[in-house]
Amino acid sequence: MEKQILKILERDARTSPEQIAVRLGATVEEVSEAIKKMEESGIIRHYKTIVDWEKAGKEQVFAFIDVRVSPSRGVGFDDVAKRIYNYPEVHSVYLVSGDYDLRVVVEGKTMREVAFFVAEKLATLEGVLSTRSSFLLKRYKVDGDVFEEAAAEHRLAVTP
Amino acid sequence: MKPISKVVHEIPASGIRRFFDIVSQMKDVVSLGVGEPDFDTPWRITEACIYALEHGHTHYTSNYGLLELRKAIADYFVRTEGLEYNPENQILVTVGVSEGMDLAMRAILNPGDEVIIPEPSFVAYKPCISFAGGVPVVVCSYMENGFAVLPEQIEAAITSKTKAIWLSYPTNPTGAVAPREILQKIVDLACKHDLYIISDEIYDRLTYDGQHTCVPMLPGAYERTILLNGFSKAYAMTGWRIGYAAGNPDIIEAMMKVHQYTMMCAPITAQVAAVEAIKHGYEDSEAMIEEYGQRRRVIVKGLNDAGLKCLMPGGAFYAFPSIKDTGLSSDEFAERLLFEEKVAVVPGSAFGECGEGHIRCSYATSIDKIEMAVERIGRFVSKLK
Repeated sequence: MEKQILKILERDARTSPEQIAVRLGATVEEVSEAIKKMEESGIIRHYKTIVDWEKAGKEQVFAFIDVRVSPSRGVGFDDVAKRIYNYPEVHSVYLVSGDYDLRVVVEGKTMREVAFFVAEKLATLEGVLSTRSSFLLKRYKVDGDVFEEAAAEHRLAVTP
Repeated sequence: MKPISKVVHEIPASGIRRFFDIVSQMKDVVSLGVGEPDFDTPWRITEACIYALEHGHTHYTSNYGLLELRKAIADYFVRTEGLEYNPENQILVTVGVSEGMDLAMRAILNPGDEVIIPEPSFVAYKPCISFAGGVPVVVCSYMENGFAVLPEQIEAAITSKTKAIWLSYPTNPTGAVAPREILQKIVDLACKHDLYIISDEIYDRLTYDGQHTCVPMLPGAYERTILLNGFSKAYAMTGWRIGYAAGNPDIIEAMMKVHQYTMMCAPITAQVAAVEAIKHGYEDSEAMIEEYGQRRRVIVKGLNDAGLKCLMPGGAFYAFPSIKDTGLSSDEFAERLLFEEKVAVVPGSAFGECGEGHIRCSYATSIDKIEMAVERIGRFVSKLK
């Protein structure tokens, strides 16, 4: 039941324990208890809202920065990553395979602001060999949500 | 002009058509009247079809259908049921289960042959029997029995003219699943009286509490059963029109004979898509089925809370609550509900006389819409009291 609860909440975190209980054929107490346990154990980290900031009129730019790192004794990927993710400008950081080692998503008000952050803060970090920046131009799908108006109903209204 | 065919003339117009005409004139209707998945076809299936079209798959296929598809269907039955059909001569790919029904009837019936058919059931069964010159003999299934027909009822309906028994579990419109013991007794009757069995199992995958019983798997059934199935419901592929019939080679050859002169073959586009569906679509369809399973509980609770007695359906995506306590006929109920609360349902009487006193509510629609619809139904029912 836990996995089913997670799937429901991942899609819509505002689904109430009452609604979940009906869908899964469980009692409200069982569902609330399971959610509480998963919150406490960190399986559920927190609840947040997916916002289309562009629609909300907020000026905002994102860039994907690929970072090549040379780990050295005592300074591994984790240490470099930590020095990067502590900046509030950094939206997310991933360790990846391939030509580059870290994939960093940086948020800023303008392209200039982001470019300066990369040049001054990221590129100059000890252990960082090189960076490659790509600015985000358009979001099509984020965390499983497609960012476009829902398609019209294609079905006939009443069919056998 | 001379009159049209008597048989066609005597088939009444579909009870659903009238509702469709009214609903299409209205705005902001929440429809629980749709008999098909609300999901679009999983993208991998659609994409496989686009790719095939771009690469020149635009020709006829074998009358039986693409061998690759028949092999994939045969593999599927071995894997899921341990049931063996030879893809060379025991599987016929049809244009939806609808064509399969028509072919089955035309392949086995002589004028005047009777086919026993439990109702409420899908609207096309009776006309298919009549078009083929047969005589439908209706037996009613009731809410008290979970809408499964009883073997005694079937036995009482058997005459010297009976040729076949038509089964369809899980059932549209009731969502009924017949217990294995009941199906076995019906199969035993078919053996005793040497009858064919037509088993429309299009909703087989949409079974929520326990395992689906595949009729040809039952002892005695394999030789005499025409299994009809397809891709519409489990893979959300209604508009592709792709189904299949499986059975003993003599019956399948007879059905193929009709099919080759009237249909030639099912569209290759849909056959290619179906190959992708049956080989790689399992997880996509599991996700949809899980979702239907959750909606089912929401709608059944909502309808019962609204004051309409409703069983928990074991399969398909329909709830079939009783509206008898309201004092309205199912036609009146559905029409007033539509005009007064803008919720479209289908009157149970559209699925046979014994569907009277019920309405069919499809839960192939989003949970938000289901919640909105049952709230409106609740308001409507409380006004009637």
